[in-house]
Amino acid sequence: MPLTSAHAAVHHAPPQGFIRKYVFSVDHKVIGIQYTTLSIVAAFIGMALSWAFRIHLGWPDAHIPLLEMLSKNGAPGGLMTPEYYLSLVTMHGTIMAFFVLTAAPMAGYGNYILPIQVGAADMAFPRLNMASFWVTFVGFLLACATFVIPDGPPLSGWTAYAPLSAVGAVAGPGQGWGQNLWGLSIAIFCVASLLGALNFIVTTLDLRTKGMTMSRLPISTWAWFINAWVSLLAFAVLLPTCLLLVLDRLGGTSFFIPGGLVINDQMQPHSGGSPLLFQHLFWFFGHPEVYIIILPAFGIVSHIIPTFIRKPLVGGWKVITWSMIAIGTLSFVVWGHHMFVSGMSPYMGMVFSVPTLLITIPSTIAVLVWVFSLYRGNIRFDTPMLFCLGFLSLFITGGIGGFFLAQPSTDSYLHATTFVVGHFHFTMGLSAIFAAFAGFYYWFPKMFGRMMNEKLGKVHFWLSFPLVYCVFMTMHLTGFAGAVRRYSAFVDDFMAPLIPTNRFISVAALLLGATQFVFLFNAIWSRFKGPKAPDNPWGGTTLEWDTTSPPPFDNFGGRQITVYHGPMEYDGEASVMQTSPPAAVAGT
Amino acid sequence: MAGKIFAVLVALITLATAYCVIAHVWWMPVDISVHGPKIDHQLEETVLVAGLLFIAGQLVLAAFAFLYGAAGRKPTQIPGGAKPLIIFAFVLVGTEVLALSFIGSKAWGSVYFEAPDPASMRVDVQAGQFAYYFRYPGPDGKFGSLHPDLINEGNQNYFGLDPDHDPDAKDDIVTAEFAIPVNKPILITLHSKDVGHSFYVRELRIQQDFVPGLNIPIHFTATQTGRFEIVCTQLCGLGHYNMKAYLSVLSPADFDDWLKKQASLQ
Amino acid sequence: MKTQHRIALLTLCLLVLALALLRSAPSVGAAATSQITGTVKLDGQAPHAKPIDMSKDPACAQTRSGAPPTTENVVVGGNGGLANVVIYISQGLTGNEGATPSQPATIDQKGCVYVPHVVAMNVGQHLTVLNNDKTAHNIHPQPNPTGGNAQWNKSQTAGSAPIDVSWTNEEVAIPVKCNIHPWMRAFIAVVKGPFGLSDETGSFKLDNVPAGTYTLTAWQETYGTQTQKVTVAAGKPASADFTFKAK
Repeated sequence: MPLTSAHAAVHHAPPQGFIRKYVFSVDHKVIGIQYTTLSIVAAFIGMALSWAFRIHLGWPDAHIPLLEMLSKNGAPGGLMTPEYYLSLVTMHGTIMAFFVLTAAPMAGYGNYILPIQVGAADMAFPRLNMASFWVTFVGFLLACATFVIPDGPPLSGWTAYAPLSAVGAVAGPGQGWGQNLWGLSIAIFCVASLLGALNFIVTTLDLRTKGMTMSRLPISTWAWFINAWVSLLAFAVLLPTCLLLVLDRLGGTSFFIPGGLVINDQMQPHSGGSPLLFQHLFWFFGHPEVYIIILPAFGIVSHIIPTFIRKPLVGGWKVITWSMIAIGTLSFVVWGHHMFVSGMSPYMGMVFSVPTLLITIPSTIAVLVWVFSLYRGNIRFDTPMLFCLGFLSLFITGGIGGFFLAQPSTDSYLHATTFVVGHFHFTMGLSAIFAAFAGFYYWFPKMFGRMMNEKLGKVHFWLSFPLVYCVFMTMHLTGFAGAVRRYSAFVDDFMAPLIPTNRFISVAALLLGATQFVFLFNAIWSRFKGPKAPDNPWGGTTLEWDTTSPPPFDNFGGRQITVYHGPMEYDGEASVMQTSPPAAVAGT
Repeated sequence: MAGKIFAVLVALITLATAYCVIAHVWWMPVDISVHGPKIDHQLEETVLVAGLLFIAGQLVLAAFAFLYGAAGRKPTQIPGGAKPLIIFAFVLVGTEVLALSFIGSKAWGSVYFEAPDPASMRVDVQAGQFAYYFRYPGPDGKFGSLHPDLINEGNQNYFGLDPDHDPDAKDDIVTAEFAIPVNKPILITLHSKDVGHSFYVRELRIQQDFVPGLNIPIHFTATQTGRFEIVCTQLCGLGHYNMKAYLSVLSPADFDDWLKKQASLQ
Repeated sequence: MKTQHRIALLTLCLLVLALALLRSAPSVGAAATSQITGTVKLDGQAPHAKPIDMSKDPACAQTRSGAPPTTENVVVGGNGGLANVVIYISQGLTGNEGATPSQPATIDQKGCVYVPHVVAMNVGQHLTVLNNDKTAHNIHPQPNPTGGNAQWNKSQTAGSAPIDVSWTNEEVAIPVKCNIHPWMRAFIAVVKGPFGLSDETGSFKLDNVPAGTYTLTAWQETYGTQTQKVTVAAGKPASADFTFKAK
């Protein structure tokens, strides 16, 4: 690939006017901030949904006043109906998985930082980039629209298994137009993700500046690059799956619906379809999706840790990068571990279990690299590093939980219990979120030219970290007792004794939610009132720290950027910037 | 200072978690099936292996955070660099996961790869929003055919049987409770009337989804009498939380009495 | 008081009294309405009433009262009287039958059965749905899609407020099911004009029937409908009996 300066290729004049500057902007930095802002809004909506259903689980007779305002049918008198509980859970999962976890660490930070880290003036296709944000935004609006339509949001879970999701409104409350909007919202999100992935791949391959070989790419860029390939292949499968689902609902087809079904006393007119086909298609996307969520987190953490230990990661760029490539590749052959008890052939249980357990190996290598890099480092515990350490603890926990679910024999007991809920919240939920927070605190000064408040950042971390364990480790434990997930009330004999534990989880969850307002306040206040940030507040080495905070319109102010070093070189305590000419570094 | 606080916090969390697991504060109920001990053994093995890795991982992380706060040292890498880490991952973790796989396949196999006993008692299980119904073939040992268009729940024809025209269906016994004799092999076939459901009995160590369009066989033998819950674990709609039935494992004599009584109520 | 004044006062009082009497008199045709009474019987053996096993929801037993629940598709009293038959006027109504009752009809969910099993009510009349069980129900009336009445489906958790609805079109009869408890079944017959519902003895009574000749229809959920012509004279109750043949 030619390593020429790409300035001429993407040169466009600085935009004029508020709309071109901040709304319909082709500048990757604005688009990155737009994605990040969308994710933060979505995260608070997703959290608010979880507060509502956790209050209901802890205090089932509670009249939640705001809820009746949101939905008179769903919560008459503020008492949550069973269907509304499931709708809230469905939209919580959908909004969090897609519009927060897939959006922020990849499209948010990736868009902002990747072009700068490779030394480019913008993404390869700036207009496509703008389109992918606004398409994501439309998808988000459709998801939110499910709350205001009379039928309400769908209740089939973020996994939307057929035939419950496919037969239409006859399946009961919560399965009306909300499910159609859901399918369209996710399909639109897929389109946006595919466009974004194209941009990331082409930019990384074609727009690297002089001297920026693939071996000198920051690990975060590697992660976004690998992730873009995984996204391209995975979202390409989810898109038609959602369309087939909507066709079954509106077009009279029967892709996922067999014959002979009697729902609400009505013989269904469909025949010939397979519910298992939906599960295979969904999880063929669904498993890579969790790695799509976590790979940028791996990249962010791999990028931030060296800065705060003043040395490179053990094994340099190669070990961690090859681990990520192995994980991304293996992620496509393990989807059946979501389906051990689904009715697929039991032989497939073994077929999927082996690679699922083998994926442990590159994951272990990555974790060992991060942890053992701390050995004899000079660790500075600023907020970004604290969140990286938190990430490590959470990811170790989440990963270990995987041992139980990767084996069909143990999974046959733990499937669909709260153990699974705890497991995925640790791995794709809170680990990714902690990495996203680390990235936010780390890159905020670069993006906005102001420092965030360190004290508030530390309060945010010290409260969030133990509360996460209180909420989600407890779920692992109730899972061992067989507590079933997605239950709106605990009427079973064996579930009733778990109500006090559930109340504990609810209290911790509400406190954890409240803590996030510390972060929100810090972010908004610092945006306008924070102390001015220098170009390189943390002592980083990569190209984003080689320009102003925030960077000029074309990222480097017209300078020719030439790279001489890898991304993690340090000389004692001093950073070796990637652009430092080789003569300036003595005895490295 | 922050590093030390983090280390203590992580150590406390690790200890609390380990305690809760080892002391079985929340744990599986008694196992009442023939294949159960294999699954329980596999779970205990996994707890041991995963538990050790969990404790080791968290405590090493904590130790490094504790020891290596900024102190002006010259940063160096661990001796050997990444090589020992890679070897550890491949050899130790690799061996362990392959061992779990292959030993675990016996536990999985005991549920799915062994043929059912030819003398098994057969019961047909139907899941539908939001209840389970069970069908015993009656004295003729044959199940009547199912006619979904005849399903009328208000008249308690849950299966869509046609006893007036189908002699096999005449003596079928439909119940809302699943009773079985203890120590007898049972073969159940699972089918769904409408959407996806699941059959989960914690004590039997069995969980199997109902897939609309499929008739899924599961076999087991219960080893203890008692009353246990069958709960639905596959999201099926608003009544999912309230979808359950009771499994009664009875002595053979009690079971015969129960079946006679159910037959008289048809 | 002077005599003239006394007479005027007395006349005024009498006038007021007369007016009051006239106003409180029943509406148009009050003196001209009558009743239709009768009995519905089942000829033959009722089908075996299968007991309902509610063990899947132990909360049902908490509010259960009376005899063990059985399927209510055919309910027969001691002397062969057929209960839960809706009798209404299918032909001959002139529109002078009086206003829609202001009292709402009620249906209760108690012991995980609908009480009553059949509700007869008028178009436009309100229906109050109660949940007196310690478990959630999901009330789901399933009117004929082409009949004009809207299908709806509402959850009522334990202790929640009653639901209030009404129907815009006649329909005999709208099946009602509970999505959570599959054995629950009720019927709502929505008619125009006077109606009656037979009790355990099979007796029924239609009130406030204006004089005239009518076609009376009796509907039972299993045996379908039967009709009879009946003439009601002012002040003279008419009678009509129905007999359904068991299958």
